[in-house]
Amino acid sequence: MRYAMAVDTAKCVGCSDCVVACQTENDVPHGFARDWVVEVNFGTYPELKTEIRSERCNHCDNAPCVRCCPTGASKIVEGGIVLVEHDKCIGCGACITSCPYDARFSHPDGYADKCTFCEHRVKHGDDPACVAVCPTKCLYFGDIDDPGSDVSGVIRTREYKTLIPEAGTQPQIYFLT
Amino acid sequence: MANRRDFIKIAGLGTASIALANPALKALNNTFFSPADPLSAGLYRTPMVCEICFWKCAGWTYKKEDGTIWKLEGNADDPNCNGRLCPRGTGGVGTYLDPDRLKTPLIRTGERGNQTFREATWDEALDYIAEKMKGIAAESGPESIALFSHRTGSAYFNDMLKAFGSSTYAAPSYAQCKGPREEAFYLTFGETIGSPERTDIRDTKCLVLIGSHIGENMHNGQVQEMSDAIDKGASIITVDPRFSTAAGKSKFWLPIKPATDMALLLAWINVLITEGWYDKEYVEKYTFGFDQLKAHVRSFTPEWAYGITTIKPDVIRDTAREMFNASPAVIIHPGRHTTWYGDDTQRLRTVAILNALLGSWGRRGGFYNPDRISLPQMPGPEFPKPARTWRDYYPDKYVLAGEGVSNVLVDASIPDGEREPFVKAWFVDATNLIETLPDKRRTLEAIDKLELIVAVDIMPMEITGYADVVLPEATYLERYDDIRVSPGRVPTMALRMPAFEPQYNSKPGWWIARELGLKLGLKEYYPWENIEELLEWQLKQVDSSLDEMKRIGVKVLPRSYDDIYFAPGEDIEFGTATGKIELYSTQLAAEGFDPMPKYTPHPQPPEGYYRLIYGRAPMHTFSRTSNNQHLRNLMDENNVWVNPAIAKRWGIENGMEVWLRNQDGVVSNFPIKVRVTERIRWDSVYMVHGFGHGNKLLTRCFGKGASDTQLITNVKIDPVMGGTGMRENFVTFLFEPEEVIS
Ligand code: SF4
Repeated sequence: MRYAMAVDTAKCVGCSDCVVACQTENDVPHGFARDWVVEVNFGTYPELKTEIRSERCNHCDNAPCVRCCPTGASKIVEGGIVLVEHDKCIGCGACITSCPYDARFSHPDGYADKCTFCEHRVKHGDDPACVAVCPTKCLYFGDIDDPGSDVSGVIRTREYKTLIPEAGTQPQIYFLT
Repeated sequence: MANRRDFIKIAGLGTASIALANPALKALNNTFFSPADPLSAGLYRTPMVCEICFWKCAGWTYKKEDGTIWKLEGNADDPNCNGRLCPRGTGGVGTYLDPDRLKTPLIRTGERGNQTFREATWDEALDYIAEKMKGIAAESGPESIALFSHRTGSAYFNDMLKAFGSSTYAAPSYAQCKGPREEAFYLTFGETIGSPERTDIRDTKCLVLIGSHIGENMHNGQVQEMSDAIDKGASIITVDPRFSTAAGKSKFWLPIKPATDMALLLAWINVLITEGWYDKEYVEKYTFGFDQLKAHVRSFTPEWAYGITTIKPDVIRDTAREMFNASPAVIIHPGRHTTWYGDDTQRLRTVAILNALLGSWGRRGGFYNPDRISLPQMPGPEFPKPARTWRDYYPDKYVLAGEGVSNVLVDASIPDGEREPFVKAWFVDATNLIETLPDKRRTLEAIDKLELIVAVDIMPMEITGYADVVLPEATYLERYDDIRVSPGRVPTMALRMPAFEPQYNSKPGWWIARELGLKLGLKEYYPWENIEELLEWQLKQVDSSLDEMKRIGVKVLPRSYDDIYFAPGEDIEFGTATGKIELYSTQLAAEGFDPMPKYTPHPQPPEGYYRLIYGRAPMHTFSRTSNNQHLRNLMDENNVWVNPAIAKRWGIENGMEVWLRNQDGVVSNFPIKVRVTERIRWDSVYMVHGFGHGNKLLTRCFGKGASDTQLITNVKIDPVMGGTGMRENFVTFLFEPEEVIS
């Protein structure tokens, strides 16, 4: 089993519901965010194109944050979810610097924090909070090893890209274009 | 078949009896204990109906184990949200938690507007109001007390004032927002659009947005359905001088010259008729005035429109063909905020006519026939007939307005020559009139003359600073309200109930209105002591109960009539004078207005000025949410969008702060940061409404960004229904604040 997420940029309107739903679900302190929205504009008036992306930790297969963690607090658990074990984390910040996506932040309580794919929800079969709330249903989540899952379906049938593939991290968030 | 509008009313009662006969409703089959449900984790949830905007999504309030708030989620059975709240709804937590909330009743001690109040008990505050109201009623009649309200759904204050003898009432959502569209569709089809809109977006093949920025306006169901339509391959045509989010999802984006939409719409009608791209059978069977319309639009060719709109003739033809190919599954969207240039009812008439020609009204993928339940009222005395209404005061004004016109009530508060003002007091309920009404100077002039201003709100807004008495209401997570009965594809009921005790010394609206009613001697109008008693009685009448609703939150009822769309060849009597869809409006003709829409040129900005266009951000509602920390995390100020060519001319860089001055010399109270972006036309600037708050008690959002309302001083009144056109204001940039005029 391998959890992955696909973000349909053709549908995302950038409303940021994913951000606030994550914040309440996971008690993310004000001033920090585990997910965020990026808007990229191309062209000059009136030949324009906008891409809007909901972004978060890529739960990389080859995760630099896990590799550089001196205490083993950063780890990969079932389904490929990259997690931080708060008790083991000494807050050294090595993982924060190593992440090419800037997905991690230093939690005021002293540990490195980031998206967990809502591991507490998905282990019960629910979607992550951001996926469950998205009004445009532009976020697809599931087991990429299961050809019948929604996420496999869209990755199979749609064009997609990943972010900074050249970093060699093998990210598991796919952006449908 | 009977007039459809009447039919719906009858159907409301019919539904009740159907519900009695068929208890096996969908809602009863719910399973609400999913394995991951926090209920099983020892946590619990209470049904709520969101009040961050008018869409009124139903959902759940979840608490943490210590009883404090955790999160808000949508109710999966609710067709308004399908289990997904919008960002504002999800962030409603921050409204409940806002430390700047109004905490206790306040009575003014200093000048109006300078925020000097003393704290009062509820008894004191309500006694004070009741005494004043009685005095005003004795002198000028109870009808001189006007109510402005923009709460979602409940009528407690309306009923209290009606019982007192006043029907002087207006919601700014009419004359400052959707009024023109409602009247235009009523004049054409004999029915209004309503809210939530009856647009069948999820099944449409072509969605035309002209003056609607779905996705930035976060009208939840519509945003969801636009996304469904994109999934199903629908084409979107967006007409906007700004490259809106929706424009970025469109097959065609028409970057129109602002204020010329009418010319484009007329040219589309011209093309459809000239090319024969319309539903001939539908037009023949259902419409009135086709020949007059055909003659009327003959000269409105795409070539004519090109010179006005800057949209090329072949693009006008291509988009018209796109609509025809999709018809009848096509929606020329009526929009929502439609008060722009003063000829708005007429502009929306062209939108209605386009839909009629394409046969989309009453068809799948066009406009469906909504249904809704109306709950019986507890038996009680009839409200007295008010001695006068604003229509007696202004017998010749806006005769076609179907609702109260807020700006007319403002006018009626200001002495007019020798004439005594009709309105002497304002009861302002959940609407920040200062930021809602254009032409702030006129609002303040009226405020200056009033004998009493009462404001009911949850937050200290600009308007509460001017009130004589401020009444702090409990938030929607701390109170019961009327059962929500939104229209939709299916009728539904939804329960709002308190998850928490009201914080501070705030009280629910129903309690405030009833207590004041009792002090005014209106006891017989309150055959209930407690709102739960009233809700229980009402729910019993439709074979439900408060217990059931507490459990399920939302109850989906069967339709009371099955024709969500017109059946092929069905005979239909429309609610217009001719019983047909009126392409030629007999009612407009009878009142001396153009029976068919005409193009009127509107002024363009003078040299060095830019048209002020305003709109919505998906994470805020009006000026209501700017202080909500959860939503401030997403956006804490507005920016003014400036085209790079214009920025260069002025030496403006991205992120620079400027002040804006309008054509009347009004300078923004606060500076605003510039966003230099290709997404806006060179003759316009754009900003999101609802920022630039001037009440210091809003500690987080005070002075953040600028207020568009303050810069809207040129108001174009729609002669048909009194709407306030607000898009004819032009601004220029200042690098230092000037003396502030307003
Ligand atoms: S659309 Fe958003 S703000 Fe409006 S009622 Fe629904 S959840 Fe609340």
